[in-house]
Amino acid sequence: MQTLRASWFGFEKHWTWYRRNWRATVVSSFLTPVLFLLALGLGFGSQVQSTALIGGVPYLEYLAPALVVVTALQGATFESTYAIMSAFLWQKTYVGMVATPITPAQVLYGQMLWIGSQMFVRSAVFVGIAVVLGAAAGPGILVAIPVATVAALAFSAPLVAYSATLDKPDGFTTIFRFVMMPMTLFTGAFFPVSQLPDWLLPLVWLTPAWHGIELARGATFGTVGLLPALGHLVYLVALTAAGIALGVKFFHRRLAV
Amino acid sequence: MDNLVEAKALTKHFGSFEAVRGIDVEVRRGEAFGFLGPNGAGKSSTMRMISCVSGRTGGELKVLGMDPGTEGPKIRARLGVVPQLDNLDTELTVRQNLQTYGRYFGMSRQKCRAKAEELLEFAHLTDRADHEVEPLSGGMKRRLTIARSLVNDPELLLLDEPTTGLDPQARHLLWDRLFRLKQDGVTLIITTHYMDEAEQLCDRLVVMDGGRIAAEGSPSELINRYSTREVLELRFQPGAQKPDLERFADRVEVLPDRLLLYTQDGEATLQRVHEHGVQPVQSLVRRSSLEDVFLRLTGRTLVD
Repeated sequence: MQTLRASWFGFEKHWTWYRRNWRATVVSSFLTPVLFLLALGLGFGSQVQSTALIGGVPYLEYLAPALVVVTALQGATFESTYAIMSAFLWQKTYVGMVATPITPAQVLYGQMLWIGSQMFVRSAVFVGIAVVLGAAAGPGILVAIPVATVAALAFSAPLVAYSATLDKPDGFTTIFRFVMMPMTLFTGAFFPVSQLPDWLLPLVWLTPAWHGIELARGATFGTVGLLPALGHLVYLVALTAAGIALGVKFFHRRLAV
Repeated sequence: MDNLVEAKALTKHFGSFEAVRGIDVEVRRGEAFGFLGPNGAGKSSTMRMISCVSGRTGGELKVLGMDPGTEGPKIRARLGVVPQLDNLDTELTVRQNLQTYGRYFGMSRQKCRAKAEELLEFAHLTDRADHEVEPLSGGMKRRLTIARSLVNDPELLLLDEPTTGLDPQARHLLWDRLFRLKQDGVTLIITTHYMDEAEQLCDRLVVMDGGRIAAEGSPSELINRYSTREVLELRFQPGAQKPDLERFADRVEVLPDRLLLYTQDGEATLQRVHEHGVQPVQSLVRRSSLEDVFLRLTGRTLVD
């Protein structure tokens, strides 16, 4: 109870910031889905013949739930890198927080709470826009909102933990280029992963993106069974939990030594 | 409970580096207590242990009568901490910084709003209340940091190098605020490597060097014990051979650019030195300060 309250105060701080600065974030959270759905769904998608492999549905509808997931993952990547490093090193706001009754672990929980809720809002906005643009196959796409949030957290939590160990931001560019970008492109958002060489598949299965996309798309079209759905969810939650556990350790090492 | 802080044989190691090597400290309620020492003396490590942020390696430590190892959050709820480097939320306004910090202590929103107004007044920042923090001057940021540390009405306020990097005017304004706090009964612990700051603010202090306590007492006690009443400073041409003046003073310190002659009567000593035919480029008679105490105890100056 105490922990929840303390974590909430960390969340509140972000909310205070957001109330002042939300206009700046609107551009990316509204514009990204509009651009992606227009260019890839309506534009590029108009040239794509629907096949049995993608379930015979229009490409735009095939794309939409997966785009919700990868957009949340991208957003979470940025929230989990420079912002975290700044709170340790540049602005040192975390250092200020742990001088109060708040513990390093609670600082982390508050941060994750904030990232999660932001990604939830961002995903909800995306789904709303998808509906307006006629990219939603049915009400099932609503499931993509919580799914994208959990998938984003599953990537964010380990990344936040990693960011807590760094002294300079050089590693981030590597993550953007060699983890985030391939994870966006090759985990089934734009084409079925069955098109990939077999040896690559185990790597794909490790990514939170693939699990999130399978789950979000499966829910949208009602094609995912209960057991596989549960499997995806368990994997994502486990990844989140492991990331947070690591984060607690690294936050403590960084702030309380 | 009269001692707000009690440390016995307190140590702190970072790997094989011993930052604090067994210190005994007692801080009494209502006093202003100082840790004076050069950079790397172990002051900040000690402060971090007292502020219940970093654990101790060995020895005993009680803050507000409790063990920081087990009751950290409970103790921190009653402390105020002014860190060496500002860690304000630069993207929030001055007022929001105070309010969000109050929330970290679990205060109600209403209480936070009221407290923020009061502290804005205290820190002379009322007209900046709704400005973002980033463009403020160093002195203003420092004042805000101190105001923020008071949001929970702390019994014990810890200030780590509170005026480092500030211009003289900003320092004096800060000292004035700290005097007011002391008058209001807040116990202060201050680390500094400025001897004038220690002399101005501290009722009692310890001189730290290399992780150990070299001496303890009030500023005047320390000066009486370790130095003479006055000091005659003689400056010579750079590179010139400095004359041997041992017999004119109780003690002579040879610094790279000058000689310090410790004596009861500086003017008289200067007279005798002149009579002896020594012609320094510049001479200055002054009262002994904590700087001299430090020099005596460690053989080094405080600020390099």
